Amino acid sequence: MTQLRDDLKEQKLLTMTMDGEIVDFTEGETIYEVSARNQKDVPTLCYDDRLEAFGACRLCVVEVEGIRNPVASCTTKANDGMVVKTSTPAVEKHRKTLLELVASENRNIDVDELSGYASQEFANLIDRYEARTGRFAGKKSGTTNTKDKNPFILRDYDNCISCYRCVRVCAEREGDYAINIMNRGFETQIITEFNNDLRDSDCTFCGQCVQTCPTGALGDKKALRDADTEGEVKKTRTICPYCGVGCSVDMLSKGDKIVGVQPAMDGPANEGALCIKGQFAFDFIQNEDRLGKPLIRREDGKLHECEWDEALDFAAAGFKKARDEYGRRSIYGIASGRAPHEAAYTMQKFIRASFGTNYIDNCSRA
Amino acid sequence: MSNPLADMEKPDVIFAIGTNMTECHPVAATRLKRALTAGAKMVVVDPRKTRLAKLADLHLSIRLGSDVALLLAMAHVIQRDGLMDDSFIAERTADSEAFLEHIKGFTPEWASEICEVPAADIEQAGQIFGRGKPSAIYYTLGITEHICGVDNVQSLCNLALMTGNLGLEGGGINPMRGQNNIQGAGDCGAVPANFPGFQPCHDPASAEKFSKLYGTEIDCERGITKVAALNQAGDSIRAMIIDGENTVVTDPDRNHCEKALKSLDHLVVIDLFLTETAEFADVIFPATAWGETDGVQANTERRVQRLRAAVPAYGESKPDWWIVSEIAKRLGTPGFEYESAKDVFNELCGLSPIYAGLDWDRIEDGEYQWPVPDKDHPGTPRLHEGEFKNGMKGLFKVIGYRDPAEVIDDEFPIWLTTGRRLEAYHSRTQTGRSAGIEYLLSHESLEVNPNDAKAWGLTNGGMAIMSSARGSIEIQVKVTDMSPEGTVFTSFSFANVPVNVLTGSGYDPVTETAELKVCPVSVIPI
Repeated sequence: MTQLRDDLKEQKLLTMTMDGEIVDFTEGETIYEVSARNQKDVPTLCYDDRLEAFGACRLCVVEVEGIRNPVASCTTKANDGMVVKTSTPAVEKHRKTLLELVASENRNIDVDELSGYASQEFANLIDRYEARTGRFAGKKSGTTNTKDKNPFILRDYDNCISCYRCVRVCAEREGDYAINIMNRGFETQIITEFNNDLRDSDCTFCGQCVQTCPTGALGDKKALRDADTEGEVKKTRTICPYCGVGCSVDMLSKGDKIVGVQPAMDGPANEGALCIKGQFAFDFIQNEDRLGKPLIRREDGKLHECEWDEALDFAAAGFKKARDEYGRRSIYGIASGRAPHEAAYTMQKFIRASFGTNYIDNCSRA
Repeated sequence: MSNPLADMEKPDVIFAIGTNMTECHPVAATRLKRALTAGAKMVVVDPRKTRLAKLADLHLSIRLGSDVALLLAMAHVIQRDGLMDDSFIAERTADSEAFLEHIKGFTPEWASEICEVPAADIEQAGQIFGRGKPSAIYYTLGITEHICGVDNVQSLCNLALMTGNLGLEGGGINPMRGQNNIQGAGDCGAVPANFPGFQPCHDPASAEKFSKLYGTEIDCERGITKVAALNQAGDSIRAMIIDGENTVVTDPDRNHCEKALKSLDHLVVIDLFLTETAEFADVIFPATAWGETDGVQANTERRVQRLRAAVPAYGESKPDWWIVSEIAKRLGTPGFEYESAKDVFNELCGLSPIYAGLDWDRIEDGEYQWPVPDKDHPGTPRLHEGEFKNGMKGLFKVIGYRDPAEVIDDEFPIWLTTGRRLEAYHSRTQTGRSAGIEYLLSHESLEVNPNDAKAWGLTNGGMAIMSSARGSIEIQVKVTDMSPEGTVFTSFSFANVPVNVLTGSGYDPVTETAELKVCPVSVIPI
């Protein structure tokens, strides 16, 4: 967005009227983008600002002076002098009817928030427009594929509304093209090549389809294991612990338990993207193999749990003995490329300040 | 990386060499894929037919360890065809004459013999790279884990210098760092050659500065590397402290490494789990994990970002900095009275010129990429813009090709190369304990070309014995055309298939990085 604003300064100022106010915009911006910048809460279902506008859900329609029918604001470019109304009674009625129609063909409007980042969008709009009227009750759409036994991605297409955000994020953001669309209308299905399980497709289990799904049709199976766990979902912004890209994530926890991970859409390194490791490989943290107490090797040659003071005294005594018997160049420190700065900094200081040597390295040579 | 990750969507030409990016840095690779969609050309150099190689306009499946020859010949083509950036060379570089004279002898035909790819492909690679602007270089351990790792990197620098692709949006030389905070470990001075902020240990002013700060006389000379320290274990090195590294599984030559650790009088390990390495320790401290620890890490584009604790520490585990500080205090070392990670990080910022403009509170949103020399500085997303550091010149290096430490022969007639896979991370202490990963990757396998499998009597899913000069392992065979004929691949992730029993043929003389990417082996069906 800052990019757009900088560009604006250099260009001829373009303006339009939006809900009675004069607003400026840059060449190429859509009406929807202008509305979002001006805090107009235009509803959408098929829109994800990381993807090309698609114009499928028709919820973002607005009235444009001089055009008879409302237009989809996400696919209509702003024009100089345009007069737009984002929320008229006719437009709002149209939106409500659309939502009633979509709700009628879905089996399940409310899904657990652990399903995914965008999973509440649909239910929130249904509530905002009071669209649980059952006016169009009848045929249901979608064909569930819960037989796919992969441990990460729930594929409950009973809740699919054919917004194709999953298909588009896989193609446009990931470049993987692992899923596509089969059939039309009520028979629409999201499938892999040859309709196999995801494991047998080009899917890399990055989880992006899950996180952009607005209905929870695609869900985070690992996080959903804790759907019934007591407590509010707390989000903590942190950085992925695997490779050097440094993707921003929100760690999800309930009480003291880590229940999942969601990508940070505003993460500077990843802009909402993650891979299978960052998305799904978090539960080593609370694995029962974790060491909970210091271990010390006793006279029997075996490792035994002990108290901190004993372990720390023992560790220090060993270094002291080496220094006294073999000199300060007999001690070496290896810092971790996986632990934070504070670990590496104190490790190098420990060696340099205690022994006056530069006998310190990290694991980058292997 | 010289350039920010965001620049990966902007090159005209992508030159990816020794990087299996879609598996090892998948999120960065999505940016390259978007650049390709937008029309960028890509040349991939990798013995294996990786996903990235399949996306390339030109894939050069060179013989293991022949990178220098390829890069010399590409430079030759760039000069021969007049694709150099003469004004960049004149204004911003030095020692170009010797280099440009040197490369005249190294034709694509010469390199073709060594690299085992057609001369026409080498020629085309040079031309595509030379004609692009910007042309960006991306590399990973496929470049550095060789006895000629430094030569490889300097050869890439030569290419970037002669075509003026440094300090350019969408260009640059971009090593993709493999571990979340390996950049940070270097930034913090956890290396034998530098104090924090890359202030050289052999520089008297720096040594004096840190001697004063730390209250003890510190040697004004480089320390030894980890590789040398392990070699001297039991002799001059008697005690060691290892934080968060499963040395026994991830280092080359496992038998040598185990012997080294066993011969120490005193080994202290800090880790989350009782790893294969921790099994050798005299005392092990439980550290807090990701999600339990407040702290800072720096990514591959030098971005300094905050880690935040979400849940309480497991058991009695403690942050690494606390554990190290407590040991230091017991040795009577002053200056370890920290109360929080914030105290430690702010001390680092105070004595590192590249972090001088940072502190704990300023990095809240992670918008800074170092160097950040003062509080008014916006950070440095792109290095070398306008000039090199302190107005210095970019130096060309005259480099010659050398064979790997070991080459194939009658006894070990097959090239083995090693690397990572998407679903596993290093020795699997973490991904191996994450539910569901085993559904996609349950065991180790050796990737063998279909023609080789036939010739060597191997079957898909069958077992084989793979041996090198250092040892033998049993491994399951996977027949795939990802491996070129004569070369096999496996990862180093599974403890029950310890591939590092085989590797460890040689080390780069400058960095002492092991040649983990090349190891002659034999493969015999069981």
